[in-house]
Amino acid sequence: MGTLYEEIVAYGGEVFGEEHMETLLQCVQCGKCTGGCPSGRNTALRTRKLFRMAQEDMREEIFNAPELWFCTTCFTCYERCPKGVKTTDVIRIIRNLAAKEGHMSVPHRMIGVYVLKTGHAVPIGPDQMKIRESLGLDSQPPTTQKYKEQLEQVQDIFRTTQFDAMIDFDWDKMDLRGKEGGEKK
Amino acid sequence: MSEETKEYAYFLGCITPNRYPGIEATTKKIFKGFGIETKEMVGASCCPAPGVFGSFDMYTWLPVAARNLAIAEEMGLEIYVTCNGCYGSLQEADHLLKEHPKVKERVNEVLSKFGREYKGTTKVNHSIVILHDVIGLDRLKERITKPLKDINVAVHYGCHFLKPREVRGHGSSETPYILEDLVKVTGAKEVDYKDKLMCCGAGGGNRTADTPQSLEWMRQKIVNAIEAGADCMVHPCAFCHLQLDRGQAELEKGYGVFFNFPILFATQLIGLAMGLSIKEMGLDIQTTTMPEKLAK
Ligand code: SF4
Ligand code: SF4
Repeated sequence: MGTLYEEIVAYGGEVFGEEHMETLLQCVQCGKCTGGCPSGRNTALRTRKLFRMAQEDMREEIFNAPELWFCTTCFTCYERCPKGVKTTDVIRIIRNLAAKEGHMSVPHRMIGVYVLKTGHAVPIGPDQMKIRESLGLDSQPPTTQKYKEQLEQVQDIFRTTQFDAMIDFDWDKMDLRGKEGGEKK
Repeated sequence: MSEETKEYAYFLGCITPNRYPGIEATTKKIFKGFGIETKEMVGASCCPAPGVFGSFDMYTWLPVAARNLAIAEEMGLEIYVTCNGCYGSLQEADHLLKEHPKVKERVNEVLSKFGREYKGTTKVNHSIVILHDVIGLDRLKERITKPLKDINVAVHYGCHFLKPREVRGHGSSETPYILEDLVKVTGAKEVDYKDKLMCCGAGGGNRTADTPQSLEWMRQKIVNAIEAGADCMVHPCAFCHLQLDRGQAELEKGYGVFFNFPILFATQLIGLAMGLSIKEMGLDIQTTTMPEKLAK
């Protein structure tokens, strides 16, 4: 395995382009990202520090930092970075790499469960169906939750990309295999 | 602007149809009044949420988004959305798939298993851009029957409508104008407030990762708007709506303060000025209530 930087470029490169990910090396630690980060006001997230740690290959420290998940992907730092570092996309790819190794909280994995079961991160229930009717709408929108054969296509995608295994999804229970502990391992 | 009928595929996503269907009903109704027909996207799923699914696994996020795009392509229509999450996801996916042929190939291989293909022939539009540019401010103005006089409105953009600029294409993310123009059309006054462009705190899995902390961003936002004299907040995003509206109930539960600061989706503010009722727009069944002065 190479350095974290190399992994970021390799993993993010196919979807964003390698040059896009390579901007991580351009970070000069000016701190403008941290200065405008709305999360940093309320949380331990220090965007500047995160990129320093990534440059210095502090893989385990980054993957284990809870604040890695306190970025809302608001793209403020992305627009303001004077060196053109593609900040938010680098953060998302670091999270992808962390998640692949099981660093994914149970509540986050539950979002995956809802999508696997219904095709929706926020599914509909009977109360909302009544509200829809009172507004003159069909009680259920014509989405994957209504049509089984359509939902199966989405489930098929999750199987192909092995997202089901990533969150430890049990197809018999249609739920997580276990919910104890914060992280998968 | 042409008066002829135009058809769009409405990508509903999750929160609009399943939590705030009033946004769906209002948007369809207003669009119809201007000759814009809405077609349903049969079999659409979660967009899927860009910050959160993009954070878990780009290579799962992308084919699910591409499948949704393919449904609109099969219909031969452009898409409109009422959520920045859906906009963020579908527009970004469309952009990336067009820019990077290798990943497009990989995605189409996944979709081919059930006979679908992403071709790159649709376009993802935000409903507020349709209001602003397709219907246009002049035509909107003609239909304002109940101008919102003496109403101060705080504008909240959310994040993924404006940023990243290279994907969104709505000009500056620091001095936007679309929502401000739409507020002006209703006769209300747009008021500036501290940290107007700040995120609602919900995205990227943050709301799920740490709900109380995420609600704190929202609390700051609402307090800033109230201090600037705003009577309500208007925004273009169903997910922000959930955070800003239902979040106020969660704040009450956790901290015992209930601001009851009214939250409206952009088409709902315009609907008020066009004389639509609170009830038909679903504004009577959310957490925050509309004051006399807005609901008359
Ligand atoms: S603003 Fe850009 S260059 Fe400055 S610290 Fe942040 S990422 Fe590095
Ligand atoms: S994208 Fe994330 S790190 Fe950057 S300013 Fe927003 S919350 Fe902070």
